[in-house]
Amino acid sequence: MGRTLFDKVWDQHVVKANEDGSTLLYIDRHLVHEVTSPQAFEGLRLAGRKPWRASAAVATPDHNVPTTDRAKGIVDPVSRIQVEALDENCREFGITEFGMNDVRQGVVHVVGPEQGLTLPGMTVVCGDSHTSTHGAFASIAMGIGTSEVEHVLATQCLIQKKPQRMRISVEGDLPAGITGKDVALYIIGLIGTAGGTGYAIEFAGSAIRQLSMEGRMSLCNMAIEAGARCGMVAADESTLNYVKGRPYAPKGEDWVMAEAAWRGLHSDADAVFDKEMLLAAADIAPQVSWGTSPEMVLPVTASVPQLSDARDDVQREGWRRALQYMGLKEGVALADIAVDKVFIGSCTNGRIEDFRAAAEVVKGKQVAPSIRLAMAVPGSGLVKKQAEAEGLDEIFRDAGFEWRDPGCSMCLAMNADRLEPGERCASTSNRNFEGRQGMGGRTHLVSPAMAAAAAIAGHFVDIRDWK
Amino acid sequence: MQAFTTLNGLVAPLDRANVDTDAIIPKQFLKSIKRTGYGPYLFDEWRYEDRGEPGMDCTHRPLRKDFVLNQPRYQGASILLARENFGCGSSREHAPWALLDFGFRCIIASSFADIFYNNCFKNGILPIRLDAAVVDRLFAGCAAQEGYALHVDLVEQHVTTPEGESIAFDVDAFRRHCLLNGLDDIGLTLTEGDAIRAYEEKRRNEAPWLGL
Repeated sequence: MGRTLFDKVWDQHVVKANEDGSTLLYIDRHLVHEVTSPQAFEGLRLAGRKPWRASAAVATPDHNVPTTDRAKGIVDPVSRIQVEALDENCREFGITEFGMNDVRQGVVHVVGPEQGLTLPGMTVVCGDSHTSTHGAFASIAMGIGTSEVEHVLATQCLIQKKPQRMRISVEGDLPAGITGKDVALYIIGLIGTAGGTGYAIEFAGSAIRQLSMEGRMSLCNMAIEAGARCGMVAADESTLNYVKGRPYAPKGEDWVMAEAAWRGLHSDADAVFDKEMLLAAADIAPQVSWGTSPEMVLPVTASVPQLSDARDDVQREGWRRALQYMGLKEGVALADIAVDKVFIGSCTNGRIEDFRAAAEVVKGKQVAPSIRLAMAVPGSGLVKKQAEAEGLDEIFRDAGFEWRDPGCSMCLAMNADRLEPGERCASTSNRNFEGRQGMGGRTHLVSPAMAAAAAIAGHFVDIRDWK
Repeated sequence: MQAFTTLNGLVAPLDRANVDTDAIIPKQFLKSIKRTGYGPYLFDEWRYEDRGEPGMDCTHRPLRKDFVLNQPRYQGASILLARENFGCGSSREHAPWALLDFGFRCIIASSFADIFYNNCFKNGILPIRLDAAVVDRLFAGCAAQEGYALHVDLVEQHVTTPEGESIAFDVDAFRRHCLLNGLDDIGLTLTEGDAIRAYEEKRRNEAPWLGL
C-alpha cells in the first residue's frame, strides 16, 4: 500500500518504535527563541547535561524585541533580561544565534526558511505553536512545550505518538485576491479550531500547488489554529526553487543528492488517509474573523451571525461572549465594521510577498483619518532589507503607515506594540483570542491586502472590488 | 516531577469551550525566566478588573466577583472541569505551570488541544478526556452541590463521583507510567543513547546534507 507524505517523513525519523505505541523520533532542526527556552536551558544546567547536537539548534529573539529605535536596546527591563538570557544561553551551550542587531534576526518562522535552515523532509521543532509553518516544505514541523525543548536539546529526540493523517484537497484556480491566509481561515471556519486535533494535515490539490511558498507557509502556519499536530504540503518545483541557494541549504553534490530525495516527498497515488476532505477553490472569498476564535470567521460579504444559528448551547454561549467582547451586534455587515488600528506582519504574513501585496493596495493612497495607527512590521531583517530595496517602505510611509523593525510585535503584544482596551484592529496575524493583542483589544484576522484596504477605507472592504 | 496516583479534590467548573492558553496565562507573564510563581496570574484577565503586570502583588487587586475561581465555594479546588478544546492556541508551558502553581492537579474536559495535553503530563498534571455527555453531568453535579468533589484514580483509570458513579478514562500507557512514577523522561531517553547514535550514523550516509 502507498504511503502518505507524513508517513514517509515520519518513517525516516524513527529511532525506536516502543511496544507501548510511543515512538522515539529524531529531530533534525530545532529553532529556539527567548520566551520558551530559558527554563529548558536552566534544566540542562541543573542536571549537568549538554546539548546532544548543538549544531541542530539555531536561535533568534523575536517575541520581546522592540520594533522602533532598535539601537537603543530594550527599555522594559523584564523583556531585556529574557533576551539577554537567550544570548547567554546560546554562548554557554554553543548554539548559533542571530542576535537582536543581526540583519538575519526576525520572527523565528520567517528566519528558518529564509536561511535554508528548514529543509524538505526534515523534522523541525520549536517551542512555539506556529512551528507548523515549516510544513510548507514537506517537513514534519511541530510546536512543543518547554519541557520538550529541554528534551530535544538533551537528546535530539522526542517521544511521540503517531497522529492520524488527514488530507484536505483544494481543487481549481484560486479566485483573484484570494491568498493562502484566506484558504487557511476558510478551512478553520469549516472544521473548527479542534477539527484537526490528533491529525497531521496534508494540504493538497491544484489550488495549493499554485500557491507560492509564502502562501503555503501562511496556510501551514495556521494548521495549529485548526488544532492539527502539523500541516504539510508536498515538495515540488516551487519548494526546490525557494530552497536553492539559501545560506544553509545544501550545495554542490549535496544539493544533487538532496534534490533527488526531495522529489519523492509527496503522498503516493494509492496512499490512504484516515480522513479526507475535498474543497473547491472557487468557493473561497476573502475572509474576516468576527469573534474571539479563528473559527469565528466569514466571507467579507457576510454579516455577524445570529445567535439562533448556533449549533448548540455551548457554541451559542461562546458566540454570545465573543460578540460582547468584540462590541458587535448580530447581523452587522462585516464590511460596515470600522477599525482603529492596522497590523501587517507576524509569522503568518510577515514575508516579502505579503508586503508587496499590501503595498500594491496602499500605493498612492492615504490611511483613513479615523485610523489611529497603521503599522507594517517585516518578519525579518532580510525581509525589511528586500522591501526597502523595492521601495515598499516609501510606499507605506507615504500612505501614512509606520515602517518598523522586525519581530512578533502586535501579533501577541509582548513588546510595546499593543491594542488599548476597546480598540479594534485589522490584523494579518493568526489569533483573535481575548486579550491577544492587548487587554480588551479586538482583533479581526485578515490577509495583508485586506488589512491594507481596511487601513485606507477605515473599515473592511472586499478586496475583489478594490480599485 | 511530582508523581500522580490518586486525588480527592474539590471541583471548580469553568463553563467555556475553547479556553486558550493566552487566557490561562496572558503574554506579559511569559517574560519570566522561571518555572514557578505563575499561580497568582492564572486567568489574569478573567480574574481581575485591572491589567496585571509581572511581579505585581495580587493580594489587593480588584477581583471580578463572578469569575468561578473567585467564588468562595470553589476555594481550594484541585480539579478543573472544562469544556471542549481546552488549552488551545499557544504552546506556552507557562499554562500548566500556572495551573499547577494555583493548585490544580487534574483537568477534566471533553477534549484538549494536543500541545497543552502533552505539556500537562510533563508537569504532574493529569488531563482527563471524558464524553461531552459525562462532562455535562459533572457540570450539573457541581451546580447542584456545594463542595462537589471527585476521586481520581490513575492506577485504576477511573473517576468516582460523590454519588458513587465510577467513570473510566483512557490514557496512553507511556504517559501513565511516567506520571505514576514521577519520571524524568529525558533520563529515560538518554538510556537509548546507543540507538540514537546508530540512527545518526545511518542518516549521515543517507542524507549527508543534514550535517549530522
